Amino acid sequence: MVEFGISLLVLLGAAFALLGSVGLARLPDIFTRLHGPTKATTLGVGALVTASMLHSLSSGGGLSLRELGITLFLFITAPVSAHMIAKAAAKSDK
Amino acid sequence: MLSFAIAAATVMFGIAIALNLYRLARGPSRADRILALDTLAINSIALVMLRGIATESAVYFDAALVIAMMGFVGTAALCKFILSGDVIE
Repeated sequence: MVEFGISLLVLLGAAFALLGSVGLARLPDIFTRLHGPTKATTLGVGALVTASMLHSLSSGGGLSLRELGITLFLFITAPVSAHMIAKAAAKSDK
Repeated sequence: MLSFAIAAATVMFGIAIALNLYRLARGPSRADRILALDTLAINSIALVMLRGIATESAVYFDAALVIAMMGFVGTAALCKFILSGDVIE
């Protein structure tokens, strides 16, 4: 049962990351392209981190805080880097 | 069941990384290439963490954290270079 949930979370995370990369490759201009990966990939990594924590909990490794650190770091830095890329795109447009 | 899910997810991340490389080679503006590199870093973090789940080893999460930090610093430095023409002023 727990293994089913972990597998579902892993597949969900991979599907979100794949959708974000498809958006990066297919959308028409830079500002719409920015929308795809910055949301979908952080959600994908979030689902994968949840799966990893569940897996280490269910295999008796205890709750590890490294995964939470990775998630926290990514959730803090993703908007910042998206903002900087948007500013760089707006500057190189004109 | 988990091993099948991990294999399928690895294939999906491989396709995602191939799409990022396409945007990195094609991308008309410099900002497109920076965005492709940023997404490539995030996808490789996910791939390394997937490996960590498959082998049940804790070493891979430290590697993922280092890739996350390097990816953010690289993106910030490249954007700063486009914005002001100088990384360290």
